[in-house]
Amino acid sequence: MLRFIFKRILESIPVLFIVATVTFFLLHRMPGGPFDTERSMTPEVKKQIEEYYGLDKPVTQQYFNYMKRLILHGDLGVSQKYFGWTVNELLAGSLPVSIELGLEGLLVALFFGLIAGVIASLRKNTAGDYVPMSVATLGICIPSFVTGPVLILVFAIEFGWFNASGWNFPRDRVLPAMTLGLYYMAYISRLSRGGMLEILSQDFIRTARAKGASEQRIVWKHSLRGGLLSVVSFLGPAVSGIVTGSLVVETIFDIPGAARFFVGAAFNRDGPMLMGTTLVYAVLVVAMNLLADIVQVWMNPRLRFE
Amino acid sequence: MDYAMRSMCARPRIDMPLLEVTNLRTSFHTRHGIVRAVNDVSFAIEKGDTLGIVGESGSGKSVTCYSLMRLIPEPPGKIEGGTARFDGIDLLQASPEQLRKIRGKRISMIFQDPMTSLNPYLRISEQLIEPLLIHEKISRADALKRGIAALEEVGVPDAAKRIRSYPHEFSGGMRQRVMIAMALITKPELLIADEPTTALDVTVQAQILDLVKKMQRELGMAVIWITHDLGVVAGFCRRVQVMYGGRIMERAATEELFQQTAHPYTRALQKSIPALQPKGAALYTIPGMPPDLSRKIDGCPFAPRCEFVQEQCGQPVELKNIAPDHATACVRVQKGEINLKTNERQ
Amino acid sequence: MSAEFPTVTQHAGEIEPGQSLWQDAWHRLRRNKMALIGAVFVALLAIACFVTPLVAPGAYEKTNLALGAAAPSHAHWLGTDILGRDMLSRILYGGCISLSVGLAATLVSVLIGVLYGAISGYVGGRLDVILMRIVDIVYSLPFVVFVILILVVFGRNIVLLFMAIGAVSWLDMARIVRGQVMSLKKQEFVEAAVALGLRKRRIILRHMIPNVLGIVAIYATLIVPSVMLLEAFLSFLGLGVQAPMSSWGTLINDGRKSMEEYPWLLIYPSLFFSLTLFSLNFLGDGLRDALDVRASKD
Repeated sequence: MLRFIFKRILESIPVLFIVATVTFFLLHRMPGGPFDTERSMTPEVKKQIEEYYGLDKPVTQQYFNYMKRLILHGDLGVSQKYFGWTVNELLAGSLPVSIELGLEGLLVALFFGLIAGVIASLRKNTAGDYVPMSVATLGICIPSFVTGPVLILVFAIEFGWFNASGWNFPRDRVLPAMTLGLYYMAYISRLSRGGMLEILSQDFIRTARAKGASEQRIVWKHSLRGGLLSVVSFLGPAVSGIVTGSLVVETIFDIPGAARFFVGAAFNRDGPMLMGTTLVYAVLVVAMNLLADIVQVWMNPRLRFE
Repeated sequence: MDYAMRSMCARPRIDMPLLEVTNLRTSFHTRHGIVRAVNDVSFAIEKGDTLGIVGESGSGKSVTCYSLMRLIPEPPGKIEGGTARFDGIDLLQASPEQLRKIRGKRISMIFQDPMTSLNPYLRISEQLIEPLLIHEKISRADALKRGIAALEEVGVPDAAKRIRSYPHEFSGGMRQRVMIAMALITKPELLIADEPTTALDVTVQAQILDLVKKMQRELGMAVIWITHDLGVVAGFCRRVQVMYGGRIMERAATEELFQQTAHPYTRALQKSIPALQPKGAALYTIPGMPPDLSRKIDGCPFAPRCEFVQEQCGQPVELKNIAPDHATACVRVQKGEINLKTNERQ
Repeated sequence: MSAEFPTVTQHAGEIEPGQSLWQDAWHRLRRNKMALIGAVFVALLAIACFVTPLVAPGAYEKTNLALGAAAPSHAHWLGTDILGRDMLSRILYGGCISLSVGLAATLVSVLIGVLYGAISGYVGGRLDVILMRIVDIVYSLPFVVFVILILVVFGRNIVLLFMAIGAVSWLDMARIVRGQVMSLKKQEFVEAAVALGLRKRRIILRHMIPNVLGIVAIYATLIVPSVMLLEAFLSFLGLGVQAPMSSWGTLINDGRKSMEEYPWLLIYPSLFFSLTLFSLNFLGDGLRDALDVRASKD
């Protein structure tokens, strides 16, 4: 088990390294930059700015400098848009918000998705199955940039239960977390229903019944572990999707997270900021994938010995 | 207490069988019609006795036993009628609670495929001691001790260590041993074995058979052994009943069944055991196909494949005794029109 | 459960023997009402979307500032936007863009996926392991972020948009094609081709690809909604289709900004988009179930 974890961590390092390298050279090819929009820039000022950002040096030199600072100090450089701010400073303030939103979305998705899926599997072909599964089909087909505004329209504007935007009070978390989690909730409920139905039809469930196990025992002890494996393997892609989804949700609800820096940097061609946010997102996703893999191996003893 | 009551209590229940099944009918409601898998089956088994139920796949032998344990998936399955008295309780009418107290405690089962019958996600120890944890007030530690003892009893080497393994670390034969240990750990009064040797190698088959025999001697339980293999029955069961098309065709003590065969189907089954045939003879197979149980069959279900078939075989048939404890469903044998013994060996 | 319990599959009596895989699948598809409704809806919508710009060119951009944002009426069934432009025309025109980008991106992703999967499955061995590991890794990355980077770096034009979307949506297709090719490889006619000494490239082009095409077509119907979603997502963020063009994503984003006063500007584009995604998903799922193929990792 430990060896597996170690191996997977070792594997993710080159992945992140490649992501960093590709992103760096990709962004180096980016035409223009935030300085283009400055009205008039004398050649001297431009030269000074380029020196400040190290843009006067050859690309490879820039690359090695960047990687050196990144690896040794975790330094993501200086934002070109927000003068005087480092990317680290900007992300330090906003990333926790994004992470909180992501976790809340994931929790919403797991909590309601698992409950709906497991119950639907136990009530197969009854209303208790059809209703949540129809809702799930809806949830899968309606994108977050539709659900978000519609939720605001209904619950914030019509009913006035929540604020339409902002991130100040605990209840400000409700609509964004729902919007972000809905698709994954729907997907997880389908996966867990399918997984549970498959497990519940296995011979070993019959064995458990023959032993006199109660229905609760059959669900909790004999079925959940195997039935929810597919959900666990979906967690990796889900996290990556939640990172993506946060871009939209943070925009819709005007949440002061990392997404606005990423989207803003995309508009302003702020290279270091784009680079920094991309790397942070990649690290988050890779780390969560790693975690999901570990949980999966822990849950499935057959994988543990390979 | 009046006399009649006292006499009932005082007398050990010799007359009352451990399990008595009457008129059991089970069917499956599929999209393409009702499949009558078990059709009016009655039998009984005494304490400590061994009953073999023989038949091809689809004969209803397994469904019969799953019905008793109420392990038929419902829907599509449905127990349509009958009773199954086990120690005064009708298993077919019992509440889920009553049923749970009997399953795994007083009646245990072992299954055909040891590869899929154990939960791959749980350690052997968890599964093995589960019946104890469910049915007895026992600490985990004590249950584990008994689990290890049970594994040793069924011949799993290095039991104390191997009890911590997962099923996929065991061979098929070893898994079936685990299944047997698990079924017997609560010392049940009845063991239902659903073709437990079919999926195993021949040598392992013999070992498992011996093991169940040994455990039966030690625990004194009754055994219902479901199989398609008359050969297994011959060496193991005191009594045999042969099933075909959801009905019992013939029932007798084992020796009697072989020597005084009283149903054409039983005879056909015997002829298809290679070991009982002279060397070099062509393998015998019963011509025709098993019956389609989604069509209602009024008469003898074996009639379309039977070499002795007559018009009267289309009339409803009934299991009737032709000797003490020897019953057949063949009308022509009942009437003495055919004698199967004489042309047993040509 | 036990093999003796009759199951539905044992009695598949309705399907006559001798039917081909495709007839069989068609049979099953026809019984799937949701899939058929989806197919009809998408077909009608596509016709409306592609015909409208031909019949009434420019209708979508005809402004009527005096009218302003008007609620749905007889003249404008779905109302008008802030500039007084007819919403129905704008939605149909946006649908034209969304569907086109969806189809083009799907084509790109199918091309990449089929090639990648076919090579991986056909060559097998170490190359296969490496290629599939790459798919696994890319699968776990937030690839939308990279699409955005690509768009930022190489400029936001519509060709690049569907190229970039297609370039990140081929993973499932690669897995499916690989699985198909691996099972085809073992079949006799391919072995015969090998025995005849045909070159590998020729075997892949002439024998493998035609044989996996059916399954590819079906999975492509499932890719269409996902790439349309991605396009709308990017357009919603303002990183996709650029004005003066508008796709459903940009319409939804515009509608969101004024939803308090003019909710129909949000609701109708959202409705069209969601219904389209619905229909495509049902159709794709129906087709997949009809042919009973599945994406698998191994």
